[in-house]
Amino acid sequence: MSLKIESLSVHFGRTRILNDVSGLEARPGELTALIGPNGAGKSTLLKSIAGIERSTGHISLDDTALDTLDIAQRAGQIYYLPQDITSRAALSVFEAVLLARRTTHKTDRRQDLKRVQHTLQTLELEQYAERDLGQLSGGQRQRVAIAQAVVREPRVLMLDEPTSALDLHHQLQVLEWLVALAREQQMIIVIAIHDLSLAARFSRHMWLMGAGGKVCAVGAPEQVLTEERLREVYAIRAHVEWPEGEPPRVTPLAATRQLGMQGREQDF
Amino acid sequence: MTVTAPTTDTSIDKYLQRRRRHYWLLAITAVLTLCSLIVDVATGPGQYGLGDIVRAIVSPDDAPRAIAVIVWEIRLPVALMAIMVGMSLASAGAEMQTILNNPLADPFTLGISAAASFGAALAIVLGVSLFPAASELLTTLNAFVMAMVASLLIWLVSRLRGVSVQTMVLMGIALMFFFNATLGILQYVASAESLQQLVFWSLGSLSRASWSKIGIVTAALVVTLPIFFFAGWRLTALRMGDLQARALGVNVGRLRLTVLLCSSLLAATAVAFVGIIGFIGLVGPHIARMLVGEDQRVFLPMSALTGALLMSLTSIVSKTLIPGVLLPVGIITALIGLPFFVSLILKSRREVWG
Ligand SMILES: Nc1ncnc2c1ncn2[C@@H]1O[C@H](COP(=O)(O)OP(=O)(O)O)[C@@H](O)[C@H]1O
Ligand SMILES: [Mg+2]
Repeated sequence: MSLKIESLSVHFGRTRILNDVSGLEARPGELTALIGPNGAGKSTLLKSIAGIERSTGHISLDDTALDTLDIAQRAGQIYYLPQDITSRAALSVFEAVLLARRTTHKTDRRQDLKRVQHTLQTLELEQYAERDLGQLSGGQRQRVAIAQAVVREPRVLMLDEPTSALDLHHQLQVLEWLVALAREQQMIIVIAIHDLSLAARFSRHMWLMGAGGKVCAVGAPEQVLTEERLREVYAIRAHVEWPEGEPPRVTPLAATRQLGMQGREQDF
Repeated sequence: MTVTAPTTDTSIDKYLQRRRRHYWLLAITAVLTLCSLIVDVATGPGQYGLGDIVRAIVSPDDAPRAIAVIVWEIRLPVALMAIMVGMSLASAGAEMQTILNNPLADPFTLGISAAASFGAALAIVLGVSLFPAASELLTTLNAFVMAMVASLLIWLVSRLRGVSVQTMVLMGIALMFFFNATLGILQYVASAESLQQLVFWSLGSLSRASWSKIGIVTAALVVTLPIFFFAGWRLTALRMGDLQARALGVNVGRLRLTVLLCSSLLAATAVAFVGIIGFIGLVGPHIARMLVGEDQRVFLPMSALTGALLMSLTSIVSKTLIPGVLLPVGIITALIGLPFFVSLILKSRREVWG
């Protein structure tokens, strides 16, 4: 009962974006955090799992190979929430969320409407239901995108930096809620996220990617997030603490390379 | 925040009210179009009472013979053709804007009308004399083939990475110039008789409408509109952006190609019979978007109806602007549409289109 990835590769022309990614697993009921520096290939990985990016290798869900499904079937099981939400379509928030549900669910209309309303209420978006997408702030639009993802009730959710535009209140709120959602619906949720403290706090499992589309470490946050590894993969000096009874703290102290000093690698 | 929240009916009710409002707007536009159709039939050189006209339409046998003939042989074909062509152009424009993610896309600005008119001209100058019986069909077919060629070109360009809204329109303008130039060559070599027909094409006129032509335009609508309706959710999803549409399970490439070909078919049949009529495909969808938004379930019918109404009104204006003179409708739509087009270009940088 889990999502497994073995020997996954993605090429754009001659460039290799993902290089034989193996040994990744995500289990239902908990959050899996995908972390790594810019350009490591996080978005590419999530897209290839959702079947949006063409890839070679094996991706399986409950031991079923996903490439046996067609686009629509796959989208019914897995949803990918894109990193950049830019649409300013002349649709109301309610219409946009209903659209996300109706593109897979062909259930009774009334039930769909109820589901949409419920999702909007849970994400505290109901007061914007009548607004057009173009009239929302970046953070509000991102929460609408999360509503669009959740309203489909997928088995697997790939969230690409879903909290990047949210204020601190909404970041915590959304992450807490995602943890509860994964637990209650036994959903598999993989979330790409840059804030390592939040990643350590809300996930049970981590995939760390480094430059060149390679996986550097996989495991529990305590095992993955070590100070040596952060220096190696992120080129930062950081302080990692796991205080008793408090959320974990990853404090970035300094970048080990400064801009404008190419070739003169600084070592601290 | 909890996973379950209390359920009241407020946002559902508001959504249902919104939908009812949209249906009312559709109904009102439909009624206005019908009224415009009747006024269009009643307008013309011979002055007849509205009552006579309506009677001639509803039961031609009871109406005076002369009126019935004029209504059924001359005026009704023109008035209905205006409606059908308006629907075709506006539906084509609406879907082209949707799939190319571009508010300036329509058969005219993308050069598809020019391509179709070149195809039609080719048939007239070179081929029709061979099959006089099939001339109408052959002209349409040729217009269609050329429109397809143009739209496939546009499709290929739209697949290149980093092609902006403005580039697409420039590409369309380039196509327009190209096909106008080739049309010019044809005019140069054409006989006096076919030259007259070619001029008719480049100005856009309803005056050659006939029942069989209306039949072909209607057939194109009957074939394509159900395809658009069936793809409604997927087309709306496309407006969320390619990536999100694919995440929602839409086969974006295939949908885009299908819909582009269908839109070209609509544009081609319209152009084959009435010549180049610009801007209806731009203005119709734009008004529809302002009235009902972009949910395809209402956006498509609203665009089609708005296009029909605009075209019908244009037909009336073309008869009444200079009494006794029938102006080509293409000239009127261009005069009204051009300032609109310019304002849309100036606005499109910030509005709905990301
Ligand atoms: N369409 C593309 N064509 C070529 N290279 C791309 C394309 N999209 C992304 N890349 C490259 O692939 C790498 C991984 O990108 P991405 O998966 O977006 O990284 P991340 O999400 O981890 O920041 C980057 O080096 C990026 O430059
Ligand atoms: Mg990314």
